[in-house]
Amino acid sequence: MTDKQLKVKAIENGTVIDHIPSESLFKIITILDLDQVTASITFGTNLESKRMGAKAIIKIDNHYLEDEQINKISFVAPLAHVNTIKNFEVVGKRNVEVPDRIAGIVKCANPACITNHEKIRTKFDVMKKGDRISLRCCYCEKITTQDNMVILK
Amino acid sequence: MKKSLVSINDFSKDEIRHILELAADFEAEPAQRFLLGKVIACLFFEPSTRTRLSFESAINRLGGRIIGFSDTNSTSTAKGETFHDTISTISNYSDLIVMRHPLEGAARYASEISRLPVVNAGDGANQHPSQTLLDLYSILKTQGSLDGINIMMVGDLKYGRTVHSLLQALSHFKTTFTFVSPKELRIPDEYKQYLFDRGIPYTETEAIEEHIDHADIIYMTRVQRERFIDPMEYERVKNAYILRNAMLAGTKENTRILHPLPRVNEIDTDVDSNPKAYYFQQTENGVYVRMAIISYLLNVKQ
Repeated sequence: MTDKQLKVKAIENGTVIDHIPSESLFKIITILDLDQVTASITFGTNLESKRMGAKAIIKIDNHYLEDEQINKISFVAPLAHVNTIKNFEVVGKRNVEVPDRIAGIVKCANPACITNHEKIRTKFDVMKKGDRISLRCCYCEKITTQDNMVILK
Repeated sequence: MKKSLVSINDFSKDEIRHILELAADFEAEPAQRFLLGKVIACLFFEPSTRTRLSFESAINRLGGRIIGFSDTNSTSTAKGETFHDTISTISNYSDLIVMRHPLEGAARYASEISRLPVVNAGDGANQHPSQTLLDLYSILKTQGSLDGINIMMVGDLKYGRTVHSLLQALSHFKTTFTFVSPKELRIPDEYKQYLFDRGIPYTETEAIEEHIDHADIIYMTRVQRERFIDPMEYERVKNAYILRNAMLAGTKENTRILHPLPRVNEIDTDVDSNPKAYYFQQTENGVYVRMAIISYLLNVKQ
């Protein structure tokens, strides 16, 4: 990286989320509540990536993410890497993992589900089959497939 | 620790067996007043005469008292109260909640809000576990065992919640399944996968006559016009899924016909006088099974 010019400014301390599909950038900002964070955040999108075509990257100064938060983004950016930076060096590198259970991230695709009518935090059991994920609602017991997943604000 | 019955999967195989034993005990001696001094809330956010009266009969036989409503026009829901607040309030007035609601997952949510046991009496197209348990009780009573039954399920296997719950419950008992339905209303893939994962054999067909002579239980459901995208298709198939007395000629001696009711025309009335017709006795079984469920959840009868 040192030889090449960075498109997004390096940070001294904080978190870098890399390999985000460009179209998922704003969803990740929402999921991680980054609009509530007071730290300075820089992001770039539609950056060239050999692996992904176009990718996005988020850099957050002096702010670190919990494992649970990191796993939340697996639904929109399963290939993302989360790097912890200290003194301009990468000191921790993590892939995101799909959790077994999720709460409050995805909307249930069943219009007759009570979670779409009352103020209830959604809850799902995550079912993995190969690299496909589907969600079984803990309330209506119906399946939300990956194609039907809508991320909640 | 409070226990609710929201989905049939909330009960283990042993618990299912236990409920059926209790039901048999109540059938032998219906006057067992374990609910004296107890108040049961029957909350029907959606009208249902049959299920509501069956629960009320069960509670009355047990000597319990009932509070509740049978539609939401006269409740504070009509004034805009949230479901959450309705359940929280009523939890303070009673010892157990029986509820039916048009939205799926409502009973699960109620069981999270309330400190009381909740019995789901139907949540939309999702679950209706007391129906499943009374179906099991009817099978046990007529066949002498739940193990190794050959069941033929007929009609709307796609949307019929009673079919899906019964399939899940029977998967504990080495059942063989035959699914008879029009193409549009076939059993969903997720249930076929469910059986496949457990090594349970099943056959799919479009004609009742094909496998009827092997069936121990014929479980009929209604094929509704509104389920069809193409009305012509409905007209084409509607008569193929009506059970008539003549079709029963070659069936086994122990064969019995079940139906969750209400029936419209999917069982011809000429079947009613056949001794193999069991759908009306099935409703009586519902009262004993509901007595068993409530007694078990309130821990008043072991």
